[in-house]
Amino acid sequence: MRTFFEQLFRSQVWRSVFRHGLPESNRTRAEAIFFNFFLHVHPTKVRKRSVRFNYTWGLGGLSFGLFIILTVTGALLMLYYRPSAPQAYWDMKDLQFVVSSGQFLRNMHRWAAHAMVAVVFLHMLRVFYTGSYRPPKEFNWVIGVVLLVATILLSYTGYLLPWDQLAFWGISVGTNMARAMPFGIGEKISFLLLGGNIVGENALVRFYVLHCFILPVAAMVLMGIHFWRVRKDGGV
Amino acid sequence: MAEQTTNDPLKSETAVATSEKPPIPPKPAAAQISATPLPRKPKQDRAPDDDPGIWRMSRRSILSLAGWLAFFGFIATSTIGALRFMFPRVLFEPPTKFKAGFPQDYVVGEVSEKYKDEKRVWIVREKDGFYAVIAICTHLGCTPRWLPSDNKFKCPCHGSGFYKSAINFEGPAPRPLERAYIGLADDGEIEIDRSIKFLYEKGEWGKPGSFLEYKG
Repeated sequence: MRTFFEQLFRSQVWRSVFRHGLPESNRTRAEAIFFNFFLHVHPTKVRKRSVRFNYTWGLGGLSFGLFIILTVTGALLMLYYRPSAPQAYWDMKDLQFVVSSGQFLRNMHRWAAHAMVAVVFLHMLRVFYTGSYRPPKEFNWVIGVVLLVATILLSYTGYLLPWDQLAFWGISVGTNMARAMPFGIGEKISFLLLGGNIVGENALVRFYVLHCFILPVAAMVLMGIHFWRVRKDGGV
Repeated sequence: MAEQTTNDPLKSETAVATSEKPPIPPKPAAAQISATPLPRKPKQDRAPDDDPGIWRMSRRSILSLAGWLAFFGFIATSTIGALRFMFPRVLFEPPTKFKAGFPQDYVVGEVSEKYKDEKRVWIVREKDGFYAVIAICTHLGCTPRWLPSDNKFKCPCHGSGFYKSAINFEGPAPRPLERAYIGLADDGEIEIDRSIKFLYEKGEWGKPGSFLEYKG
């Protein structure tokens, strides 16, 4: 077994992927971090205080984990869901009663979505109570607030997709709230969101595109910046 | 030898040239390498200092400006185009104008729910005539219910209540329900257009079209 690993570590394939030696010296240990795409954002030094679990409660990491779950289950649900008025509701019902593991995936998606809103909110509370929004991290707090809004919008746009009574009236109420804006801006925004004057086919497709592409991509870009800044400021 | 020269004049010429080599002329003095550089022509990348022009634009800065203008012009046009793209030109929504039968089909004092499911409109028959109430709650857009026993419209979402006249009296609704255009078509049927609205708070309930006078 030992010789197998020795051969593996010496093989050209292994050495082409990991272009540093085994982490046996300080130099190669550092290289193992610097030369890894996923680890390279880590700071050179981390304060012991910020590694302590009950300082961060791992809430940021949990939010990211939930986002991964939502991306994976969401991508799978997309295989059976058609965002059109005659089919959307029945595709959702098929996912529940016909598709293997469909009910499980849909519930995973639903509960992870609820949990993500809660965990992101708790993460925000933690950052507030530890004063982590103070200079030099004030801009990262701003990105975090935008990410909270993105999370809530993702949750809201997903609400319409089952195309049932709850979805229809939820979106009716929400877009009518937007209508309350003065000087005709509200009507314009509502029309833009729904792609019409009523919650119909256009609204369903718009919310689907927002939910499955625009908002997740925006959130991913912002998360990248958010994590990078956290690392550069000495967090984990 | 003589025959060959006539056949091939080039060869004979070269033969002559090699035989009678002229001496190499001495190079002109100007081409000689000297330590002092030649006077350089100024490049046109900026206006000359004595340029009297107001703008003093060089060719380079004009091209640069043109390039940036083209770039921002492109970005602005694309943004406007993308924004306009978001607002559909054609909507496939149900028509807002419809016919609702003959006036004598309605009973005095009744709130007809005949067209509520399909068109979201109540038709109210009073002693003097008709008015049409749009079944969209003015709070957040739910569909209220007509409760004949309580003689009121009641919204199931947040509890807003409206009198039969459509004026709000309880719950969070900030204003009365809207009335729609009601009139008689040429064939004597009632005609309703939901897209023409009459708002109580703007004093529009007295306007023509908000009430259909009918005694029968």
